[in-house]
Amino acid sequence: MRELTFEDVTVRFGSRRHGTVAVDGVNLVVPAGQVVGLVGESGSGKSTLARAAVGLAPLTAGRILLDGRPVQALKTRPLQMIFQDPYSALDPRMSIGASVAEPMPRGVDRRAEVGRLLELVGLAADRAGARPDELSGGQRQRVALARALAGRPEVIVADEITSALDVSIQGTVLNVVRELQRRMRLTMLFISHNLAVVRYVSDIVAVMRQGRIVECGPVEQVLLDPRHEYTRELLEAVPRPGAPLGN
Amino acid sequence: MAAPLGNVPDDLTPASPDKSPDASTPTSLNTPDPLDTVAPLDTVAPLNKPALLNAPASPDAPPRARAGRRWTGALHSPLGITAAVLLLAVVVLAIVAPLIWQDRADAVNSTAILQGPSSAHLVGTDLLGRDIFARVLVATRLSVGLALLATAIGVTAGLLLGTAPVLLASSTGHWIGRWVSRWISAFINIAVAFPSLLLALFFAVIFGVGARGAVLAIGFATAPGFARLTQTMAAGISSRDFIAAARVAGIGRLRILVRHVLPNIAEPLVVSATMALGSALLSFASLSFLGLGVQAPSYDWGRLLGEGLAQIYVHPAGALAAGVAVVLAAMAFNLSGEAVARAIGVRTPHTSKQTRNKRTRTNERTRTTPGLDRLPAEHPDTEDTNQPLLAVDNLRVAFPTAAGEVTPVRGVSLTMRPGEAIGIVGESGSGKSLTALAIAQLIERPGHAQADRLEFLGTDLRDDARSRGGEQLRAGGGLSASERRRMLGTSLAMVFQDPMTSLNPTHRVGRQLAEVVREHQRADRRTAWRRAVDRLAAVRIPDAERRAKQLPHEFSGGMRQRAMIGMGVMANPKLIIADEPTTALDVTVQRQVLQLLANIRAAEDVGLLFISHDVTVVGQVCDRVLVMYAGRVVEDLPTGALLHDARHPYTRALVAAVPDMTTDRDAPLAVIPGRPPDPHDLPAGCPYATRCPLATEQCRREDPPLAWYGGGRRVACWHADLAPAAVPDNRATAVPDNRTTELDHGSTAVPDDEPAASLGGER
Repeated sequence: MRELTFEDVTVRFGSRRHGTVAVDGVNLVVPAGQVVGLVGESGSGKSTLARAAVGLAPLTAGRILLDGRPVQALKTRPLQMIFQDPYSALDPRMSIGASVAEPMPRGVDRRAEVGRLLELVGLAADRAGARPDELSGGQRQRVALARALAGRPEVIVADEITSALDVSIQGTVLNVVRELQRRMRLTMLFISHNLAVVRYVSDIVAVMRQGRIVECGPVEQVLLDPRHEYTRELLEAVPRPGAPLGN
Repeated sequence: MAAPLGNVPDDLTPASPDKSPDASTPTSLNTPDPLDTVAPLDTVAPLNKPALLNAPASPDAPPRARAGRRWTGALHSPLGITAAVLLLAVVVLAIVAPLIWQDRADAVNSTAILQGPSSAHLVGTDLLGRDIFARVLVATRLSVGLALLATAIGVTAGLLLGTAPVLLASSTGHWIGRWVSRWISAFINIAVAFPSLLLALFFAVIFGVGARGAVLAIGFATAPGFARLTQTMAAGISSRDFIAAARVAGIGRLRILVRHVLPNIAEPLVVSATMALGSALLSFASLSFLGLGVQAPSYDWGRLLGEGLAQIYVHPAGALAAGVAVVLAAMAFNLSGEAVARAIGVRTPHTSKQTRNKRTRTNERTRTTPGLDRLPAEHPDTEDTNQPLLAVDNLRVAFPTAAGEVTPVRGVSLTMRPGEAIGIVGESGSGKSLTALAIAQLIERPGHAQADRLEFLGTDLRDDARSRGGEQLRAGGGLSASERRRMLGTSLAMVFQDPMTSLNPTHRVGRQLAEVVREHQRADRRTAWRRAVDRLAAVRIPDAERRAKQLPHEFSGGMRQRAMIGMGVMANPKLIIADEPTTALDVTVQRQVLQLLANIRAAEDVGLLFISHDVTVVGQVCDRVLVMYAGRVVEDLPTGALLHDARHPYTRALVAAVPDMTTDRDAPLAVIPGRPPDPHDLPAGCPYATRCPLATEQCRREDPPLAWYGGGRRVACWHADLAPAAVPDNRATAVPDNRTTELDHGSTAVPDDEPAASLGGER
C-alpha cells in the first residue's frame, strides 16, 4: 500500500518557444489503498499525467513521489498501467500467458502465477496459450489487468480502460477492477471522461482542465456540490434520458 | 533462403511448406473453398463491413492452424506452385551442379572452340571449347551464393540502422540518444535517395574490383531501402500500447526490440528480403557483366553473359543461356516473395477479424437462407395512413464470404414519420450501422442490401425496383438511378462518427460544404459559398466567414462534427442519419452536438435516425428507440419506456449495464453473461437465448417474431411479460414510477402462457 503524490508536476512537449504545456503544475495525492478518479475532456492532460507517473512521459518540472520517495530513484517501480485500446495493448504475436508473464519478477513460478492471475480476472487458466486475436475486447482488457497485476504493483494507473468497450462488457471489466482494488488494497489512479463510471469506481474525484486540476475532493461532495464552474458544466453535460437538452 | 534472416517465427518462414499440410488438417475437413485458397487477398480485401460484425472467434480455429491454411492456400495457387518449383530448382542446382558438372565445365577442348548448339554441347562451347551449358549450371552456386551474401549484408546493415532509433530514442531518454537517432534517420533518408546500382558502382570502386568488392557494394546499396522500411514499421509498432506496457514493466530496450518489435515486423521484412535477393542477383550479374564483379578464373552468370556477348551474332544461344538463368533465378526469388506476401498479407489487425469471419462452415448457406424466409414480414405502415418519411420492410444486408453468405442485418422493419427522431441502439456487431448504411444506399460491393420495401419520401430506393415488372410502381417509384442519387443527395444527410475522416483534409471546409449544393442543385460558386457560410453559422461555428476558409485540421473535433452536420443541412434535408455522431467527443461537446441536432430537427422538421451504442444518449434525443441484437430489431419502444419499462430481457440488461449518476456504488454492476452469437453460426431459436435468464425450450427452438405489444410497441420475445420482474434495473431513484408503469401496462398485456405469436393479432 503506497501513496502516490504529484508535486508541481509540469510536462511540456516540443521546444520552449513552440511547445505545448500538457500538464501545468499539478498537485495531486492518491492516498494509499484508495481510487482517485481523474476526469476532464480530451486534451486536458489527464493521460499525460498518467503516463508521467509510470515514466512514459518526461517531467519538465516537479516530482512524483511514492510514499515520499521520488519514483525516478526507485529501482523497480511498483507502478503499472492499463491502457485504453484493448486491441493495441497486447502483443498480437505473443500468447496471453507470455504477455502476462513478462513483467513478473524473477524467481516466480511463472506458469502457476499466470494461471492464478488469469483466474483472478475471471479467465480460465488454460487459456494462457491463446493469442489475443482469439479474445474479445473485454477479455483482452482483463488480460491487460492481469499483466499489470503480474508486476506486483502497489499503484495502478488505469487510462480510459473501458471507453473502447461495449456497455455490456464495460460492466464486467469495471466489476473486476473494483473488486480486485478493494481486495488487494491497491492505490489507483482511474482516468475516464465518463463521469458515471468515475463516480462508480472512485473514492476521490479530481477534475482536470487545460493541464490543471480545477477541483478535487471526495466523490459525493464534488458530484453533489460542485464548487468549480467547469465541474458544474461537466455534470450538466452528462446525458440523462428524458431530460431536456436546453439550447 | 531464409537462412540469413533471423527472428522469424518458425510457423511463418517460407521454408516450412512441409509443416503446412499437417497444420491444416483440422480445417481441410471443411473442404477449403477454391476462392479462399487461391487468392486470399482479393477475396478478403473488400470485405471491410463484415469486420463490423466483431465475430467472436471460437477456440476451434487456433491461429496456427489458420496460418497453416493460408500457407497451403498460397502454395496451391498458380503463383505459389511456380515460385516453389523454380525456387526448388535453383536451390537444388546450386547444391548439386558443381558436384556433377564441374569437370565437364572446366574441361578445355581446343578442338571444339566456339561451336554452336549440338547434341554434345547443348548450347555450344566457348573460346576454350568448354561446354557453356555445364558452365551455366555450375555458375548457379556462385551466383546465388554471392547474391545471398550481399542480401545478408544489406539486410543486417538495414536492420541495424533501422532499429537504432527504437533502441536509442525515447521521449524520456537521454538527449544524446535522441540526437544520434535523428542523425541516423537523416542518413537513411539521404541514402535512400541514391539509385542503388549507382551506389553499388561507387562502392565497387572503393572496395576494389572483384567478388568481395561487389558483394559489399551490393550489400550496402540494399541497406538504405531496407533500413527505411524497418524504421518506418518499427516506429509504427513502437507507438502501440503493448510496447508502452512492456516499458512500464521495466523490460529493457533490446529485449523489447527482440521480443515485441521484430516479431511484429518480421513478415513484411521477409517478403522484402526475398525480393531484395532477386534484385541482388540481377545487380550482381550486371556488375560481373561490366567486369566489376567476379574475376577469372571464377565465373558467375554475369561473367558468362559478358563472355558470350562477344559471339552473340555467331552463337546467340551461348550468350542467352546465362541470361535465361539469371532471369529464371531472379523470378524464383521475386515470385517466392510475392507468394509469401500473399500468404501473410492478410495479417493486419483489421483483417484478422475478417479471416475469423471467413471460417469455413459448409452448412452455412443452407442454414441462413431458409432462416430468412422464416422471418415474419411486418407491415408497420398499417398503423400510419399518412405517407411516411421512411418505410423499411424486411431489410436484409448480406456479405458473401469464402464460407458462404453472412447476413449481419436480418429483416429490419421500421417506419418513420416526418420530423420524427428514432434511435437505434445495440452493441458492436448488432447490425445497427449497416442498417443505416443500407437505408442511405451506401452498402459497398460485394455486400448487398435487399428489402421488401425501402421507400424514402415515397420513392422506392431499391436498385431492382424497376425491373420488377409485376409489381405496381408507387408514386415516384420510377426514378432513374441518377435521379434517385440526386434525391438522396439533397434530401438525406449522413453524419458519421469520425469527422476527421469524413472531411477531405486538403480542401477548405467552406468549399466542401459548397460542393454539396453545387453538385446537387447546380448553384453557382458565389451562392454556394454564401450558403456554406450561412450553414456554418447555423451550426454555431463562431466567425463562420473566416472559419469557412480554414482546413479541417484547424477545427477542433466538436467543430468538425458541427461542420459535418452543417454539410448535411446544406440542401434542406428531410432526414438526417447520424451514425454514432458523438462517440468520439467529450461530454460537453457531445451535449452541444446533440443540442444542435435537436434544434435543427425542431426548426426544419427534419427526421433523425440516430444510431448509438449509448442508451442514455439515444434516450435523450429520440422519440422512439429500436433495440437491435444479432441483426434484428428485438424491441421497438417509446423513449419514455426505455429506462424502466422495457419488455425485452436484452433491452433491460443493456440499460441496467450502464452506470449512471444514481447507480448504487456498493453493488456490482449488472452484466450480460456470454457473447453475441457468431453471425456465421446463428442459433435456430432466439439469438439471445444463451444469455437470457428467461430462456426456455421454446426460445431455443423458435425465433420469436417482432410482434405488436400494446401502445404501438413491438417486442421479439416469448416471455416479454416476465422480463420486468426477471431483469431488474439498477436505477435506484426510479423504483416508484417503475412500479406504476408496470401496473399500467400489466392491464393491456396478454396472459403469460399464451404464445406471443398471437400478439400479432393486435396489429
